[in-house]
Amino acid sequence: MSGGRRVDGPAVRAEALTRRFGSTHALRGLDLEIPAGTVCGVLGPNGAGKTTAVRVLATLLRPDSGRAWIDGHDVVRDAARARRRLGLAGQFAAVDEQLTGRANLRMFAELHHLGRAAARRRADDLLGRFGLEDAAGRTVSTYSGGMRRRLDVAASLIVSPAVLFLDEPTTGLDPRGRAEVWAAVRDLAAGGTSVLLTTQYLDEADRLADAIVVIDRGRAVATGTPERLKAACGAAEHADVVVPAGADPDAVRRALRSATGAEPVMGSTAGPGGGLRLSVSTRGDPAALARVVRELDAAGVPIEGLTVRRPTLDDVFLHVTGLPAAGAGNEPAGGTREGIG
Amino acid sequence: MGPDPAPPPATVRGRLAWTVRDGLVLVRRELARLARDPGRAAGELAFPVLMVLLFGYVFGGAMRVPGGGDYRQYLIPGVFAMTAMSAVLITASAVAADVGRGVMDRFRSMPMARSAVPFGHTASCLVTGLMSLGLMTLCALALGWRARHGPGETAAGFGVLILFRYAMGWLGVLLGLAFRNEETADRFVPLVFPVSLISDSYVPAGAMPAWLRVVAEWNPVSAVTGACRALFGDPALPGPGAAPPLRHPVAAALLWSAVLIAVCAPLAVRRFGSRAR
Repeated sequence: MSGGRRVDGPAVRAEALTRRFGSTHALRGLDLEIPAGTVCGVLGPNGAGKTTAVRVLATLLRPDSGRAWIDGHDVVRDAARARRRLGLAGQFAAVDEQLTGRANLRMFAELHHLGRAAARRRADDLLGRFGLEDAAGRTVSTYSGGMRRRLDVAASLIVSPAVLFLDEPTTGLDPRGRAEVWAAVRDLAAGGTSVLLTTQYLDEADRLADAIVVIDRGRAVATGTPERLKAACGAAEHADVVVPAGADPDAVRRALRSATGAEPVMGSTAGPGGGLRLSVSTRGDPAALARVVRELDAAGVPIEGLTVRRPTLDDVFLHVTGLPAAGAGNEPAGGTREGIG
Repeated sequence: MGPDPAPPPATVRGRLAWTVRDGLVLVRRELARLARDPGRAAGELAFPVLMVLLFGYVFGGAMRVPGGGDYRQYLIPGVFAMTAMSAVLITASAVAADVGRGVMDRFRSMPMARSAVPFGHTASCLVTGLMSLGLMTLCALALGWRARHGPGETAAGFGVLILFRYAMGWLGVLLGLAFRNEETADRFVPLVFPVSLISDSYVPAGAMPAWLRVVAEWNPVSAVTGACRALFGDPALPGPGAAPPLRHPVAAALLWSAVLIAVCAPLAVRRFGSRAR
């Protein structure tokens, strides 16, 4: 645990980073600080500059201006030292599809100059830690998405990094794969590894991060704990209620208002079967939903549908930037590699 | 918690040792991949053998070597040279795949020697090249081909082939870094075969139209073929009006290889370490 680890000072610091690709400004003065031992969620839509930021911090890309340090080592002037203190996984850093899981980890361990015997031991440690022992002898191309990402994360932890970059680690994964990766990140955080996690999903950042940085158009537009950020934009859970088209809208409104204390909003789209759709904030009260059902029942309004919606990235963006998140509503299809990502 | 990272070497010699060690790790990786992908292994090893048989038997009967002589004897060095040239395809597609799939980014984010990755790719291409050259030689011997000079000159002939293959491997690394994905690299494949054909390897350049003859005579594949013919004691037959590379094929082949390595290796290492994008 000695080996150049600096206990004081942040794991990552970035000051006024800028980077342009042709006429596109991917980063326009990004500031960032990740205290050692914390998980920072970098949240933003496609094209916000998340990936460019990670590539600059991981020494893959030179910034046009600004400076950044990994564990105190300048990523431009002292890239060799910075590289010894960082791990990179996710969208970009990959594993060799044609090798087995074990062969991949051994190779990366040897490339970290652990020596052959130590590399073997380290590979086996990591396979155990990430639950990949049974698949260790199989070619990676046969792995599920979640297994691949876990191997990917394992490969970036050969030596304990001061910071682990996880660039959209769950993009393209099914719910099970996502849960596997989340569990792995929680374990790392519990073990004291600093993590920078980029994501397009508010709930992912919410579940994993100690602090969230919202970036938009290459700049940090909001920073804070997930709770503070959500509270700031009034983003408690919303209940979406669908009632028959013939129901009295005023009666429904009254019932929802009395159940939650919040003002219901008529939805812009009709429910399935042409019913009325209304949305109301639960104001963070877990009992509010039961009251919604009781009040509507008492008013004699049948309920066709009732769903609880988590606050979305759109809600946060609407609050922070005053604009809907560009492209935030689109399900990412791995198309973020092009350009600025 | 994992082990601490090894401190980087302080001396030039230490850094060189790291480069070599990292390069060897990557050579082992390529060989492991080859062992796990029998289709690719068969392709890389069997294709040259197929070319020997194809040209030897399909065209061999109809071909007349000017000034007499056995066409198979004439042909074999040409197939050797063409196979050496195909190294450009092997490294270009391997490197482009690494870039496209993000493996290269992981390497670049690690505290490895910067030049280890290009060295690893060229060295592993050399290893597979030695295997295919060995197979081809056996096949050629079975067809009746013989090196007619002494063992020293024969070894020198193989040396020229290996050096040329290594040089083409470096050109491939540079191209692979520029292509950035496998699909682009694959589109480049059909261009290579004609380049190897427009040479003195299969038919004498003297029989071609004047403009094509110039291309063929200055083609590095012709120089390598000519060098092998000279060193193996095969019918070489450069006419008195032939271009300088054909009259001095060994020097031309060595010069071509040296220039390719001198230009491509630094550019490839530089591009690998570049943080421009």
